[in-house]
Amino acid sequence: MNLMTLLEMAHSAFGDRVGVQNGSDTLTYSELFGAAGGAAGEVQASGAQYVGVLDVSSLAVPVALFSSAWAGVPYVPLNYRQTASELEALVARLAPSYLVTDSDRVDALQKLPDTTVVSREDFLSKTRTRSGEASNWPMDPDAIAILLFTSGTTGAPKAAVLRHKHMTSYILGSVEFGAAAEEDAALVCVPPYHVAGIAAILSSVYAGRRVVQLPDFSAAKWIELARAERITNAFVVPTMLTRIVDALEGSGRVDLPHLRALSYGGGKMPLSVIERAMKLFPETAFTNAYGLTETSSTITLLGPEDHRAAAASQDPAVRQRLTSVGRSLPGLEIEIRDPEGKKLGANQSGEIYVRGEQVSGEYLGRETLVESDGFFPTRDGGAIDAEGYLFVEGRIDDIIVRGGENLSPGEIEEVLLEHEAVADCAVIGVPSEQWGEAVAAVIVLHEKRTAGADELRAWVQERLRSSRAPERIEFWRELPYNETGKLLRRELRAALAGEAS
Amino acid sequence: MAKLKAGTRMRSAVGTTEVVLVAVPEKDLELTCGGAPMIGISEEPPAGLSISADASGGTQIGKRYVDASGALEVLCTKPGEGSLAADGAALTLRTAKALPSSD
Repeated sequence: MNLMTLLEMAHSAFGDRVGVQNGSDTLTYSELFGAAGGAAGEVQASGAQYVGVLDVSSLAVPVALFSSAWAGVPYVPLNYRQTASELEALVARLAPSYLVTDSDRVDALQKLPDTTVVSREDFLSKTRTRSGEASNWPMDPDAIAILLFTSGTTGAPKAAVLRHKHMTSYILGSVEFGAAAEEDAALVCVPPYHVAGIAAILSSVYAGRRVVQLPDFSAAKWIELARAERITNAFVVPTMLTRIVDALEGSGRVDLPHLRALSYGGGKMPLSVIERAMKLFPETAFTNAYGLTETSSTITLLGPEDHRAAAASQDPAVRQRLTSVGRSLPGLEIEIRDPEGKKLGANQSGEIYVRGEQVSGEYLGRETLVESDGFFPTRDGGAIDAEGYLFVEGRIDDIIVRGGENLSPGEIEEVLLEHEAVADCAVIGVPSEQWGEAVAAVIVLHEKRTAGADELRAWVQERLRSSRAPERIEFWRELPYNETGKLLRRELRAALAGEAS
Repeated sequence: MAKLKAGTRMRSAVGTTEVVLVAVPEKDLELTCGGAPMIGISEEPPAGLSISADASGGTQIGKRYVDASGALEVLCTKPGEGSLAADGAALTLRTAKALPSSD
């Protein structure tokens, strides 16, 4: 299998439909297919072993993605929010490569050895006028389709490997070919270097759903574009949904009648935000998706029915499911295991393990992380309830060990968020002479509400054991998130360690 | 009879059907469409063949077809009039639960 097979099918079954749109510029599936072939010819002629993209979302992104598959070399979207020297070091590791970037960066990057640098505009105009010059794409399912660099906390970034078989297995298993209606349109606002950004392109191509790109997210732009383009489907990360909900509540007007389905993922969604969103969009189907880069994106879903049932229920256990990431996709197996690798039962917290064809669990140049039984340890903590709903409790590495007891920051954060004055919060471990680690909480208060440290400490103590009550509480105006909604805990740790000394 | 390889593209010798082999069994088997052995994607079909009446159910683009064991799975990438079989046993449509879009 090759990712190109997906585009070839779209090209042959509904080639005249608009596949991707950016502003007023569009590519039909047949135009995308032709441009991918043209670009593959350019890539092969350059001798590149990788196709890199260092840019925001544009029509060049899907062309580059499919051209790399056609040329038989890995696609490597790079995070443009890094320093110039970090980026140059990454690009140097990819040589010889073919790199598409914005025109401002071309000159600086052109100096790097064995790197063919082309601006987004030149790339598009070249490839749209050239077609059919590349050879047939290779069909080796084990070939590398995508490399995604993840930001390591120490050392050089490592590259997660997704092979053609992983990504195509995810698409074939989760998307019905050509199922989208002619008027369907998906608003894609996650950056190209995020696995969700790649999955969004591939699943929309396979479904035949028009992708509308939003390269620079703001709530106002998102709302305006959703209205203007009659968006029917969208994916957002939690911080984006928070801003959209704030903006719509502030304006007193929702007026998004076409928005049929809204899915979210990429981080923990506060219960209050999803509840407010469901009130604002009573007709919209909500889906929570949980997945990792190493699993070709989504592995569990909390679907629209689950959302409605949980929101309508008086039973606290059922209502709690709004904070769950749902149940596993068909064909995948998910288990919770203890630190010795023993499988745990319902409602017991441990590490989330997953097995299935879309699971890669592999980094370039390193031994696979997949165990001999085929399961991949995600390094995410979690528990599965008796009905199979998965609750994610945060990264295992973030667990606080206080006096020999393991405390989950997620559990404490959830309780703090239930307090009416708390808008956002983060719980981390800080060094403690007495306990090894102590619990610290950083709180963001709602604008017009107040709560003191003692009150919040007592709030946690009443609901959880006293060992979980934060020893230290700080009040901040906002928490540090990256642009895809991931809380930057290491920044919090650095800030709190700095203040303590 | 031949050992099949995942990722191989094949076409019908008697119709327009094209498939990609998604999963293949360990053992050799003969994949047919419309009653005639399927051929490599760039091979010319032998002359004089036609669709056999008992294998004319047709194929649909985007559907996956499996054998009884589940070890063989093919994806139809171009539809046609013949239907698929492995060692004479008809392949069946792999029905997937409809999932909400998560992307």
